[in-house]
Amino acid sequence: MTNSSNASYVRTEMLGEKPAPVGQTGIIRWFRENLFSSIPNAIMSLVALWMIYLVLSHVLPWIFQSSWNANSLKECRAAIKEAYGEGTHGACWAVIRERFLQLIYGFYPSELYWRPNLAFIGMLVALAPILFNKLPRKMLGFTALYPFLAFWLLWGGSVWLPFMIITGFVLGYVAFTMLPHYIGTLGATIAAFLVPVLFWLLLAGPFASGMQSIADVGLEPVESAKFGGFMLSILIGITGIVMSLPIGILLALGRQSDLLIVKAICVGFIEFIRGVPLITLLFVASTLLNYFMPPGTTFDIILRVIIMVTLFASAYMAEVIRGGLAALPKGQYEGADSLGLDFWQSTRLIIMPQALKISIPSIVSTFIGLFKDTVLVSIIGLLDPIGLSTNIRADAAWNGIIWELYGFIALVFFIFCFSMSRYSMYLERKLQTSH
Amino acid sequence: MSTLSDPPKEGFKISQLIYDTRYRSMTIQVIALILFLLAVGWLATNAARNLAELGKPLGFGFLAERAGYDINQKLIEYNSDSSHIRAAFAGVLNTLLVAFLGCLTATVVGVLIGVLRLSKNWLISKMMTIYIEGFRNVPVLLWILVVFGIMIEVTPPPKAFKGENPEAAMTLFDSVAITNQGVFIPRLSFTEFGWGYIIALLIAIFGIRWITKKAKAKQIETGIYPHTFLYKLAAFMVPLLACYFISNVFTKNQDRDFLVRSSGQITTLADMASADERFDYCLVGGNAGSLKGLSVLEEAGVTVRRKKFVTEKGALSDFSKEKCNVISVRESEADEIMAQSRLDKLGTDGTISRTVADFTTGNNIQVDTPELTKKGIPRFEGGTHIRNSLIALWFALSLYTAAFIAETVRSGIQAISKGQTEAAAALGLRSGRIMSLVVLPQALRVIIPPMISQYLNLTKNSSLAIAVGYMDITGTLGGITLNQTGREMECLIILMAIYLVISLTISGIMNWYNERVKLKER
Repeated sequence: MTNSSNASYVRTEMLGEKPAPVGQTGIIRWFRENLFSSIPNAIMSLVALWMIYLVLSHVLPWIFQSSWNANSLKECRAAIKEAYGEGTHGACWAVIRERFLQLIYGFYPSELYWRPNLAFIGMLVALAPILFNKLPRKMLGFTALYPFLAFWLLWGGSVWLPFMIITGFVLGYVAFTMLPHYIGTLGATIAAFLVPVLFWLLLAGPFASGMQSIADVGLEPVESAKFGGFMLSILIGITGIVMSLPIGILLALGRQSDLLIVKAICVGFIEFIRGVPLITLLFVASTLLNYFMPPGTTFDIILRVIIMVTLFASAYMAEVIRGGLAALPKGQYEGADSLGLDFWQSTRLIIMPQALKISIPSIVSTFIGLFKDTVLVSIIGLLDPIGLSTNIRADAAWNGIIWELYGFIALVFFIFCFSMSRYSMYLERKLQTSH
Repeated sequence: MSTLSDPPKEGFKISQLIYDTRYRSMTIQVIALILFLLAVGWLATNAARNLAELGKPLGFGFLAERAGYDINQKLIEYNSDSSHIRAAFAGVLNTLLVAFLGCLTATVVGVLIGVLRLSKNWLISKMMTIYIEGFRNVPVLLWILVVFGIMIEVTPPPKAFKGENPEAAMTLFDSVAITNQGVFIPRLSFTEFGWGYIIALLIAIFGIRWITKKAKAKQIETGIYPHTFLYKLAAFMVPLLACYFISNVFTKNQDRDFLVRSSGQITTLADMASADERFDYCLVGGNAGSLKGLSVLEEAGVTVRRKKFVTEKGALSDFSKEKCNVISVRESEADEIMAQSRLDKLGTDGTISRTVADFTTGNNIQVDTPELTKKGIPRFEGGTHIRNSLIALWFALSLYTAAFIAETVRSGIQAISKGQTEAAAALGLRSGRIMSLVVLPQALRVIIPPMISQYLNLTKNSSLAIAVGYMDITGTLGGITLNQTGREMECLIILMAIYLVISLTISGIMNWYNERVKLKER
């Protein structure tokens, strides 16, 4: 029985494991599989390496053989020459150091920087409950209050004006919740529209000035011409997207609706806005919008830009949300109907929460697009980062500086947009409830 | 016994308009329409009142007035005496030009990058990811300004091309000059026979397509794809050669003048000259090149009648008066002489019909290459001048949109199930053919709809031309015309209408194409 194992040519003990061949392990294997799997592949890798070398060998010295301490381009060039020798083309990052605050805040008075700072922090707090649903829902109260707070912080002026606007909304809400008992849902809805409008038109002005004379609470007003830099970009971008969301929802519902006239109006609006470039709408904001108001009205250029940007974004938002609505299975609509919910109830409770959830990634990418598009306001003369870079170049000390400013602006935009797109990808994964 | 019972007849009550679902939607619509019309009416009356107050009532008469400004990059005849409407038209053409160029380049670059991003080569795919993320996350206006900056700051000025050892040189066989004032490329101009070549080329293309079609039919019938290379070559060469010979016969008897630039060219001239041809040679005494040229011609057995001059100037003046038809000059002076004689003799059409090089090409398709002026401030003349603004806009828009197209292409390719690739591989196809024959045709259906919106975006983004001074429709009608005439309302209405028409046309064309390639479901 044990013959075979006793034979001299049969091993009695197991051999130890041998390591894998050198070419099949670790970094060598990785290189072979990912870079040099075949001859064309190897050639491509080498060409790619050469191109990377070509770019980096020009860009890296420029970035690092640079000067951070100088007060003009001339000083800066001299400092680079002194430190790294003749013929070095280093970057003058000194311009970023010197104009950093201007690139962020524009010409906002420096002693008042705390106000945009506070508004920015407030924005993060206000956005937090929307972005992360683990946070307490009560924070949404602050979110609702925040737009008025931010408006007041940034522009300053009397506290009573935003207060009156909030009061109008509160009155509308009260009318909407209290009145149905007496005049029915439809009447209450109409009242919820009319009451605040009447309040703002007739009562708010005298009331605010009255309160102002009693209690003069306010901040030092800052005019729009002083707004600029990334503050302006963020302001226009965020306001545009937040205000476009409700309008976009209404437009999307209108486009889906069976009511022919409503549908036609919505489709016409959406297709018109999507068919023209944003820059023409900004031209409308800068030259034309005042013409459409009763004679004698003038209002602020930033406000006009925000109005046009909002209209622009809402058309895109409507299409995004329509996509979400279309993606919902028909059973959801029918289920809501069979529960006896009316149109607004089913939309509010069943349809919209799901449709919005589906469209969040697209909403974020619409926002990224809008945020990038805010630099267009430089063409109509507002001092966003690109407008400021022209402004800085107009200064004799920095005349002729281009790449440092463009590089910095591009970097900041990249950080903002890239992190947002990553967030939207994270959301997409998180909200994936199917299998 | 049954009785038919009608629903109780009641009078129409006003409350039914709200509470009866049959009428409610109508009520809402009528209210919506009234509100909408009221809003529009309110805006329109305000606008009319404001405009009347400013003393510029709505009217489009100003479009016929003299524009008074120049457009430096234009596709049609335009000068500052032209009307505003012609300026607008030149602007529309410029918009369409940059949109067309941009869409074309963006598609090529985008598809390439999208495919390469899926490459198994780690380095390549990472590089493409960096490209895509880099371009997507930075505003396109910034890219336009960056490319514009590169064109102005990095490229050499024309004076760098001057001198014995110039710092810069023209690329592509000395035909393209990239300068900080723009790019100069050769311009093709056709004489009557040039169009013959174009027709010949079209015939060749149709011939090749016809052969391919026949071959495909045969493949379907018999399973064997016939060898078509020789037929295709013939289909390509025969029309062109025919055109060449015909044109040579016709141009043979025409008066020809030859400006000989080098000894190589004189040999060519001697070879090309037919037996019955006679040359009148302007000989410059004491010029070695000129003497040598004559001896070469005589050795080749060409009938040459010489006219001797003491100075080069005299020879040239006779040459330009057509008293002789061959002259040999120093290479370095040829350009200048040609430039002069072009002015003196050829008038304004600007063709160079007198070099030996032209003779060899049959003299019918002429290439006008850009050349550096010899006198005064160095600048380039001749050829087509593509300005930096157009280059910046074109490149930046293409590269930016290519990043989005690349993502579209990638997701389209990934949408094709892996089984398709594996099945194609099982059939023995190589990876290149799998991509072109199996994956891409299917992916195209997923890719095209988002691609349409990218084309639309590119076209709309071309309005950013105004930032670099390219005179597109926004720059002309929405820029200078608007500022000069102060007619904001009219200008912007027309501007928006034009963009709407362009957008709708593009989406119409692309939707039609999409219909055609879409999977036909039965």
